[in-house]
Amino acid sequence: MPEILDQARTQVLENGVGLDEAGVLAVLNLPDEHLPAALQLAHEVRMRWCGPEVEVEGIVSLKTGGCPEDCHFCSQSGLFTSPVRAVWLDIPSLVEAAKQTAKTGATEFCIVAAVRGPDDRLMRQLREGVAAIQAEVDIQVAASVGMLTQEQVDELVEMGVHRYNHNLETCRSYFPNVVTTHSWEERWETLRMVRESGMEVCCGGILGLGESVEQRAEFAAQLAELDPHEVPLNFLNPRPGTPLGDRSVVEGKDALRAIAAFRLAMPRTILRYAGGRELTLGDLGTRSGLLGGINAVIVGNYLTTLGRPATTDLELLQDLKMPVKALSATL
Amino acid sequence: MSGDTTGPAPLGTSTGFGGPAGAGASWCDRCGTPTGEGDHTACRAARQLEPPRYCGHCRRRMKVQVLPVGWAAVCVEHGETRA
Repeated sequence: MPEILDQARTQVLENGVGLDEAGVLAVLNLPDEHLPAALQLAHEVRMRWCGPEVEVEGIVSLKTGGCPEDCHFCSQSGLFTSPVRAVWLDIPSLVEAAKQTAKTGATEFCIVAAVRGPDDRLMRQLREGVAAIQAEVDIQVAASVGMLTQEQVDELVEMGVHRYNHNLETCRSYFPNVVTTHSWEERWETLRMVRESGMEVCCGGILGLGESVEQRAEFAAQLAELDPHEVPLNFLNPRPGTPLGDRSVVEGKDALRAIAAFRLAMPRTILRYAGGRELTLGDLGTRSGLLGGINAVIVGNYLTTLGRPATTDLELLQDLKMPVKALSATL
Repeated sequence: MSGDTTGPAPLGTSTGFGGPAGAGASWCDRCGTPTGEGDHTACRAARQLEPPRYCGHCRRRMKVQVLPVGWAAVCVEHGETRA
């Protein structure tokens, strides 16, 4: 057994203290033959500190495309020659999307907009949409609408948004290679305000942007410092027309190593499968990740791409005897 | 939601690769180049996990809304397709 896994068994599994950056790096560098042991340990950590439940979430784009920012992975930037056109979702369709999500047993519904930060029009649309969902659908509403002012944070709290997603996307040292129109620190500032507001913090990122293994470890350590309630883990799905459109997808074993490492860095967080898992991991890898530290999934489609049918994921959870977290457990 | 079609379909129905124009599409609904030119095998594969982006009739970029279940794509000339 590699020394780092022995250390993690005591430190993380028994004492609930996450690995530091050096420890995460050691896990990310484990040779293939030790990957099953790392995943097994990460699974034990998840079961010990989070339990067997899996949190299920659906997401929808309220405002697609036409974003002024230049996140190099994103097909919704208006600065690239992506085929994605700007479109707004109307409130009745938003409510219908929430109903579809609730039917899967999901407890979370996240409303997302491709913006630098919300303007008055978007805040009005969000207010109207959240109220309409709360009136008709039994589901928790989360939001992801970019960088916020303190006033906007306060307004979201007042609307009843219980969790706010704002991904750091990658580590601080690599961020300028991925985004040039705003800084990592600006994102951090929004996260700080969200945390202080009492909303739950959802913050993760994308693996496979060209970062080194060392930078993946740096990212895990920075997320651990933030201590978010939830960490969505995406794997790059290279989008046509974006600067990262020609990149290769993350190799499956590297993705699984990262899942185990991020779980060992953050034993108590909700570690969620997000975009790109279908390409990077396929069906078998998806199962391995759920047995290797993942305890939440986005079901159904993503913002501009499609996911597996929700029933496929729900059947897998049933097969793995992992109960879907009930809404009552989130309140 | 995806997969090859066996013949032209009326507008407003899901046809998968080929989009609103179905198998009779002149334009690839993923990359927007002529279906009769080049190899679109990769486009067909990608469309398993993507909605269409170009109208198969006219190559116009469509307004596409992805939903938790399904998607809707609108061509200003040829109308809406849903899946």
